[in-house]
Amino acid sequence: MMRGFVLALALTLAPLWLAAEEVVADLSQNRVSITANFDGSEILIFGAIKREAAIPTDSDLDVIVTVTGPKKMETILRKARRFGIWVNVERERLGHAPSFYSVAATRPVEDIIIPATDALWKITADEQILSERRGLPAREALIRIRTGNGLYRRANAGVELNQNTLFNTSIALPANLVEGAYITRILLVRNGLILDDYSTEIQVQKVGIERWLYNLAHNNALIYGLLSLLLAGIAGWGASEIFRLIRR
Amino acid sequence: MQIFLPIAEVSVNAFVLLGLGGIVGILSGMFGVGGGFLITPLLFFVGIPPAVAVATSANQIVASSVSGVLAHFKRKTVDLRMGWVLLIGGLIGSAIGMQIFNLLKALGQVDLLVTLCYVVFLGIIGALMLVESIRALRRAKGRPGQRRERTKHTWVHNLPFKMKFRASGLYISVIPPVVVGLVVGMLGAIMGVGGGFIMVPAMIYILGMPTKVVIGTSLFQIIFVTAFNTMLHAYTNHTVDMMLAMILLVGGVIGAQIGTQIGLRLKAEQLRIMLALLVLIVCLKLGLDLLIPPSELYSIGVI
Repeated sequence: MMRGFVLALALTLAPLWLAAEEVVADLSQNRVSITANFDGSEILIFGAIKREAAIPTDSDLDVIVTVTGPKKMETILRKARRFGIWVNVERERLGHAPSFYSVAATRPVEDIIIPATDALWKITADEQILSERRGLPAREALIRIRTGNGLYRRANAGVELNQNTLFNTSIALPANLVEGAYITRILLVRNGLILDDYSTEIQVQKVGIERWLYNLAHNNALIYGLLSLLLAGIAGWGASEIFRLIRR
Repeated sequence: MQIFLPIAEVSVNAFVLLGLGGIVGILSGMFGVGGGFLITPLLFFVGIPPAVAVATSANQIVASSVSGVLAHFKRKTVDLRMGWVLLIGGLIGSAIGMQIFNLLKALGQVDLLVTLCYVVFLGIIGALMLVESIRALRRAKGRPGQRRERTKHTWVHNLPFKMKFRASGLYISVIPPVVVGLVVGMLGAIMGVGGGFIMVPAMIYILGMPTKVVIGTSLFQIIFVTAFNTMLHAYTNHTVDMMLAMILLVGGVIGAQIGTQIGLRLKAEQLRIMLALLVLIVCLKLGLDLLIPPSELYSIGVI
């Protein structure tokens, strides 16, 4: 109890007495537009460490960058053999999980911070993704499937730190992005303590014809349906006419 | 060239989609089937969410059927009167089918039912067609020059409300066509297809229509039933992806024209054997997926 309190106090106060080092960061873009030929996007995150005093030499400085996609309620289905065929037999509502999660750091996160800090700041995927359901097969399956699809990823040496002052990393956002706000966190770590953190958002949004079609389909479904049929009719008739002319 | 689909919300290669549309269009023109039974599973395979695949293929089938039917109109191989009668049954059936589909969706397990429907119907129809076509082909080889007789009198010809279908050379009751249309429309809505692969054999074997007229008439009827389905999907589920449909139908309408030309050059029996084999292959593939243990038992549910 007492030890926990001291630890919590230390973690809370740590930024105060170590505030000598702060993060200043920016993104190459804080808006991702999904256009018709959208094929994923690469975002460059870069910054510097601002200090009042000389660079401490007794310990290593590390930077961790996480990007969290919009969260939504996840349902996991489990198949089993029934009457000789494989069917979904179980459906589990897990809770809210991010559609995308990326962790990049200067070194493996486990070498930088202790598990308690990880749990507090929810840094690794294991802490970030429904950690309260840890051990549940469906939750492990969600992480396994999303990791396999490249939606949950980690880069152990993904952040480059130059002369203990300048850092940069690039996050590749996949082509099948969910629209919404992607929260980007940059954490500065020394001696296993989080010295400073900086948070910003990347807005991912459909634009142009993508936006227009999506809005029409949801807000004016009747018109959208009729338009689809009209286009289909015209395309069918047009092809028939073109072929008639070609054969003549 | 990658393209991002606004409703499906995935990025896919546009040439792959064009190719898919083309293949299905050729089949549509050759056999008078909308190709929905083929395009829907193919779209799953490319990574389109099932709900979007089902709704969008309905839209795509409208286009390739319009293209196909126009070619048949020029050849005067559409029995319009029969088409309208089938359509009356088709629309009623489609509305009933949608209700059943939504009821099962609420109960869960709709995927399983759809797959089982596919396996059972594709299996039965494919096998029946194959056996019959091989028999017909053998008969034609044995006694060349002799046409197979069509004027067999069955129970179908003894029902009331008779009507003359000149293009088909039939004088039969309207009850069988309406019932055929209704059943096919119902299955079509449940399985998310136009239902041509059930309609074509039903017209040949139950109604006794000549093969040449069957294809154009089936396409004519499919246009309206799939248009109805497209509207229902667009209005209730917002799952019709216009961008996806446009790419598929560019490939599809071109394919349909090529298919119609191929179809006119082949013998009816050969056409039927090919369609039967195709139906059986799709059936086998879907059946195996149910039997083979999956590598990942879990899947992420889509709303």
